[in-house]
Amino acid sequence: MSFRLGADVGGTFTDLLLINDDTGATYTAKVPSTPADSSVGVLNGIEKICRTSGIDPKQIRSVMHGTTVATNAILTQRGAKVGLVTTRGYRQVLHIARSFVPGGLGGWVTFKKQPLLAPLEHTVEAIERLSAGGEVVTPLDEADIRKQLEFLKDAGIEALTVSLINAYVSGVHEERIGEIAAEVMPGIPVSLSSRVVPEMQEYERTETTVVNSFVRPEVSNYLNHLETEIRARLADDVELSILRSDGGLANGESASYTPVNLLLSGPAGGVAGAIWFCSRGGFDKVLTFDVGGTSTDVALIENNSARLRRETRVGDVAVRAPSVDVRTVGAGGGSIAFVPELTRALRVGPDSAGAEPGPAAYNKGGEKATVTDANVVLGYLPASQKLGGEMALCVDLAEAAVQRVADAMGVSLKEAAEGIVRIANEHIFGALRLISVEQGYDPREFALCGFGGAGPLHANALGILMGAWPVIVPPSPGVLCAYGDATTRVKDEASRSLVKNFSELSLDEVVGLLDGLTRQVSASLEKQGIPANEQTVIWQADLRYQGQALLLTQDVSPDDLRKDGLELLQKAFDAEHEKLFSFSLEEDRELVNVRAIARAPRPNIADRVWEAEAGALADAVTGHSPIYLRGTDYQATLYDRDKLCPGHVVPGPAIVTEMDSTTVIFPDHQATVDKVGNLLIEPVGYQGKE
Amino acid sequence: MPANIIQPNTTPLKRIDVDTVTLDIIENAMANARNEMDAVLIRTAMSPGIREQGDAFPMIANHEGKMVVGQFGSFITGFTQSYGGDIEEGDVFLTNDPYMCDGAVSHLPDWLVLVPVFKDGRLINWAAMFGHMSDVGGKVPGSLPTDAQTIFEEGIRIPPVKIYKKGVLNHDVLELILHNVRMPSWNRSDFNAIVASCRIAGRRCVELADRFGDDIFASALGMMLQRNYVAMREIIRSVVPEEKRSFEDYICDDGAGLGPYTIRCTMWREGDIAIFDFEGTDPQAPSSVNYFLNEEMFKMFFGAFTINLFDPSILFNDGFYDLVDVRIPQGSILKPNFPAALSCRTHLLGRIFDVMGGLLGQGTPDAMNAAGFSDSPHFMYSGYDSKGEWFQLFQIGFGGIPGRPIGDGPDGHSLWPNFTNVPNEFVEAYFPLRIETYETITDSGGAGKHRGGNGIRMAYRLLADGEISIHDDRWLTYPWGVIGGDPGMRSRKELIKANGESRILPSKCDHIKVEAGDLVIFDTWGGGGWGNPLERDPATVATDVLKGLVSVEGARRYGVVLDRMGKFDAGDTAELRAEMALSRNSDDLFSRGGTIEEIKARCEAETGLPAPATPVWKTSGVH
Repeated sequence: MSFRLGADVGGTFTDLLLINDDTGATYTAKVPSTPADSSVGVLNGIEKICRTSGIDPKQIRSVMHGTTVATNAILTQRGAKVGLVTTRGYRQVLHIARSFVPGGLGGWVTFKKQPLLAPLEHTVEAIERLSAGGEVVTPLDEADIRKQLEFLKDAGIEALTVSLINAYVSGVHEERIGEIAAEVMPGIPVSLSSRVVPEMQEYERTETTVVNSFVRPEVSNYLNHLETEIRARLADDVELSILRSDGGLANGESASYTPVNLLLSGPAGGVAGAIWFCSRGGFDKVLTFDVGGTSTDVALIENNSARLRRETRVGDVAVRAPSVDVRTVGAGGGSIAFVPELTRALRVGPDSAGAEPGPAAYNKGGEKATVTDANVVLGYLPASQKLGGEMALCVDLAEAAVQRVADAMGVSLKEAAEGIVRIANEHIFGALRLISVEQGYDPREFALCGFGGAGPLHANALGILMGAWPVIVPPSPGVLCAYGDATTRVKDEASRSLVKNFSELSLDEVVGLLDGLTRQVSASLEKQGIPANEQTVIWQADLRYQGQALLLTQDVSPDDLRKDGLELLQKAFDAEHEKLFSFSLEEDRELVNVRAIARAPRPNIADRVWEAEAGALADAVTGHSPIYLRGTDYQATLYDRDKLCPGHVVPGPAIVTEMDSTTVIFPDHQATVDKVGNLLIEPVGYQGKE
Repeated sequence: MPANIIQPNTTPLKRIDVDTVTLDIIENAMANARNEMDAVLIRTAMSPGIREQGDAFPMIANHEGKMVVGQFGSFITGFTQSYGGDIEEGDVFLTNDPYMCDGAVSHLPDWLVLVPVFKDGRLINWAAMFGHMSDVGGKVPGSLPTDAQTIFEEGIRIPPVKIYKKGVLNHDVLELILHNVRMPSWNRSDFNAIVASCRIAGRRCVELADRFGDDIFASALGMMLQRNYVAMREIIRSVVPEEKRSFEDYICDDGAGLGPYTIRCTMWREGDIAIFDFEGTDPQAPSSVNYFLNEEMFKMFFGAFTINLFDPSILFNDGFYDLVDVRIPQGSILKPNFPAALSCRTHLLGRIFDVMGGLLGQGTPDAMNAAGFSDSPHFMYSGYDSKGEWFQLFQIGFGGIPGRPIGDGPDGHSLWPNFTNVPNEFVEAYFPLRIETYETITDSGGAGKHRGGNGIRMAYRLLADGEISIHDDRWLTYPWGVIGGDPGMRSRKELIKANGESRILPSKCDHIKVEAGDLVIFDTWGGGGWGNPLERDPATVATDVLKGLVSVEGARRYGVVLDRMGKFDAGDTAELRAEMALSRNSDDLFSRGGTIEEIKARCEAETGLPAPATPVWKTSGVH
C-alpha cells in the first residue's frame, strides 16, 4: 500500500490531499496557513491528515508540493541582498531596463520606477568581453574580478549573479568567475546567467538570473527545512517534489538551484488539478479561470496539457522562465466598485479590499462595495452560506455598500449589484479572450472550468459570454491545487540557443544537438528513479522569420524530425503564423532555440468509487432562496453538493453549496453530475458542440 | 469631390440610449481591441524600428471617422472629403505623403494604412495605423537625408491608393513601391503586420456590434466621445487661463548652418475654447527638419498630456476636439509650404512636448516638469559586411526624463510610449559592431530637489567599413530646469579613429565615412532638474554617488560635500549650502543656461562646433 500526498499553501489555508495509489481513495485536510514559516502549516496538515484518515505516515512515498515562497519573496520585496557582476560598460543594464516607460503619451509624467533587485551599489564590472560568436575578445582579468568580489563580500551580499554580455553563446567567463566567487565568498549561492537562462537579450537574461538569486536563499532554506522534517516524520526515502511554473515537477535540489522556475508554482497547481478532473470527465480542450480574492487567473488547456509560455510575470517583475500561460486580471471577490465623479462610469477593480478589511459583508470594517457584496445582494451567495465553513455573511452591510454605488449611478440597488457583477465578468471574459480568441482559438470548441473560492459563482455567466459549454465545476473547487500537485508527473527539460538561418543548418547538426540535450534530461530523470524506457521524450524548436521578435514553439517527436527533416518544422511554423496573424511570409526562417523534454509516466490513480445506490435528488435540497437576474426575481433551490451523485441533473435556478465554494445555476440552465463528480452546466436543450 | 462610400445597406445607424454598464463594457472592449492591435504588430513586424521600438501608432474610429481609441488625431474626415474615388468593403488604403493627408503622417517613412470596417453592408468603423519604415528609398540609407531641400529627395511618395480593392491585393502597386526601397523584405512584412493589426481591430468591432447590436454599439461609441468632451471641458477650464501666456523653445539647428529655430506658442481661453497660437514661430528651414504639424494631432498631444496629469484612467479619444483651436502660421517651420523636405522632423515633434509643458506649467508650478528627452535621436550605420551582404542599422537613442513634481526623472528612458531599446546582443548578432559601453552619463541630469535623469552613453566599435548618419539635437540649447532646478547636460558625438585621432561630429550629418576599428561615442542629453538642488536630501545625493549616477564633484552642485568613502560631511555641507544660497537666483521659473546670444558666444569653445546663424523670415507678412 503506498500513498502520495499533495500539499498546496494558499494565503489563508494550506490544503492537503492524500491519494491511495492503488485504490484511488482520497482524503483531504485543511489547516490554517502559517505565513511566517509556511512549512509549519504543511507539517501540521500532514499530522492532521494522517490522524483523521488513520494512515501510517510511513506509507507516504512521495510528497508533491506547490509553493508560493518564491512569489512572496518578490511581492513583499523580502529577498536576498543580491550582488551582480556584469561586463565592463554594462553596470547599469538593469537600471536602464530597455528604456521602457509604461503608459500612453505623457505616461512619463507619473511613472515611478521600482527599486532594482540587485542595486547599483552592489553591481560590479568584470574586465572581459566575448563576441556575438562566443570568441574571447578581451580575456577575463582575474586579479581585478577577485578584488571586485572582495568588495561585494564586504558589502554583505547574500547571493551573487554573474551575467555577462553574449554569455548565452558561451559561459566560459561566467564559469570562471563562479569558481573565483566560490573561493572568495564560500557559502554564498552563485547564479550564472549561462546556466539559468542561456538565451539572447542581456537585460532579460540578467533580470531573470538576478530574480533567481533574489529568491534563492529563502527558497533553499525553506525546502531544506521541509525536506528534513518530512524525512523525520515520513519514510526515510520519501521523495519531495516541487511543482514548477510550467506544471512539471522538480526535485528539491534542482528547485533550490533555479527557484526562478517556481514563481507560478501555485497557479500551475490549480491548472494541473483542473486538467485532472476535466480529462477524467472526457474534456481535453478547456479554458480555466480561478477567481480569488483580488484577482482571477485564466489558462488554456489543449490535449490535456496547459499552453505554456516562455515568460513569467509576478507583479512588476517579468522573467524568462517557462510557465503555464496563466494571465491574471485584477478582478476577484474583493475588487472594489466605484463611480468616478468626472465620468460617472462604473469601475470595478483593480483595487481590492483584500482579506483585511475585506468585503463589507464580512463585517470586518470594510465599507466599500466589492464584487462579493454584489453577489450577496443578488442572492448568489445566500445568507445561509458560511465562507470556509465558518464566517457568516452580513447581508445588510453588503446592501448598504452597494446602495452607495447605486446612488452615485442613479439606479436601483439590484441594478447596481448586477452592473458590478457584469463588469467583473467582463474583465474575466477579456482575459479568457486574450488566451483564446487572440491566440487563434475558437472558445466555442472548448469547455470552461471555473474554480477557486469564487469561480463557480461566475461560471454560468461566463459560459454565456464565451459560448463555451459545458461549464465544468470540479469537485472541491477550493482545494483543486492540491489535486494538481498530487497528480502531476515528473518532467525535465534542457535547451540551447542557436539563432541560425535554416539554410545554414543541417538535419544531422540539429538532431545531434537534440540527442545531446535528450541524454542530459533523461539522465536527470533516471537520477529521480524513472528508468529511460518509461520516459516520454519530445523535442521543441522555437522559430521565427529572420528579424522578427516573436518566437513560435513547435513540438515534434524525435522520430518525425529524423524522418521528415527540418522542412517539417518550417511548415508547421508557417501554418501557425498564418493561424495567429492571418499571413505567412516567404522570408527565411530562423531556428532560435531547441529543447528536449522528458516526462515520467502519468501516475496511476484509480477513480473515486461512488456508492452503488445514488440517493434521490430531492434528498440534496436544503432550502430555497431568492436571486435576481436580468431585471427579474427568481426563487432558487439550494442543494448540498456532498449529497449529489453521478447522474443527478440539477435544474436552474439553483445554488449548489459546499464548504469552500458556491455554484450558481441560472434559469433555463441545468447541471449534470458526471462520473467523476464534476458539475456540468449547460443551457437546457443544448445540443452539444458541432 | 468627397469620396463615394458604397453601402448596400442604406438604413442609417440609430442613436439610442445605452445604459452605463453596457457603455463601460464596450469602452473596456475597445481599449482591449486597441491593445491587441499593438500586440499583433509588434509580434509580426520585422524591422527593429517597429518591432523592438514600437514606432507605430494605432487607432479605431467610429463610422463618422472620429477617433474612439488610439493616439493620433483622426484625419479620416479630411480623407473622405478629399479622396475622389469609391470606398467599399474590403478596401485598404495606403499613403505616406504628409501633403496629401494634411499631416496625419508627417514624413515619408511613416506608412499609414486605413481600413473601412463594414458589417452587413454598412460602414460601422475605421481602423488605422501608421508605422515607421526603416527605409523608403531616397538619397540616403534610412531615408532621412538632413540636407534634402525638397520632399522629392526623401524617398518614394505614395498618394492615398487602394492597396487592396474589395479584398484583392494590388500586387503591381505594392511591388512598384517595394522596388524603390533598400530593405524590401522589412517593408513587406511591416506592411503586412500593419494591415493584420487593422483587420484584427475591424474583426473586434464587428464582433462587438454583433454582441450588442449595431445601434447600441454605434451609440456607445458616440457616448464615449461625449464623455471625453465633458471631462476635457472641465480640465480646460482648470488649466487654461483666460489671460494669454506664451512660451518659447528651440531646435538647435537645421543641419544646414542655421539655428536655433524658435517655436513660440501663446495659449489662452475664450469661454470653453482653448486657443493655441504659434504666431512668432520661425520660418520653414531649407533642410529637412521641418515638421508638418497637423492641428488635430496637436489637440491629441494636448489632451493626452493633460489627461495624464489630471486623470490617467479615462479612455482617451477625440471627442473634445471642438474645444481646442490651433493656429499655425503657413510657411513656418510647423507648416511648411510644399514641396519642403520633412524627413528629419523628429526633433521638432519631440520639442512640442517641452513647449506644451512650459506653457501649462507656468500657471500651476506644482504640475510643472523640467525639459526632458524631447526627441528620438537616430544613429544609422550601413555598408557591406565581411560576407559582402548589405546591412543597415537604425538605432534610436534614449535619455533623461526630467525632474518632475512626483520625483526624480528616470535615467536613460524614453519619452515616447511603448519605445524600448533594441537589445545590444541582438544588434551584435546581426550587425558588424560591438557596443562597448552602455551606461548613463554621470552628472548629465540637471541638479534639482528632484534630479533630472541622466543621458545615455553608447560606444559603438564598428567592425566593417561603411557610412554613418546622425540626427540629434540639444547640443546647443539646454534641456531647461524649472523652479530653481539646473539645466541638464547637452548631447555630444565623437568619432575616434582606429589610429587614435578623434573629432566631434555635428548633431545632424550624413555620409560620414567610417572604417573597421573606429569607435563612435554617442552621448544623449540629460533631463532638467526640478526645484532648488540645495533642498535635496544630502543622503539621497550620497546614494546617487554610490550608484555612480552623480560624481563626488557633481554632488557639490547640490552643495553636498562628500568624503572619500562617499559619506557626506554635515558641517561642510551646511557651510557650502549657505554660501551657494547667497548667489542663487531661485526666483527663476526656467533655467536655460543663458540667453541664446550668450550660449552662441561660448558655443565653439564648449562644444567644439561653430555656432549656427540665426534664421529670418525672407518676406515679412507671409504668415
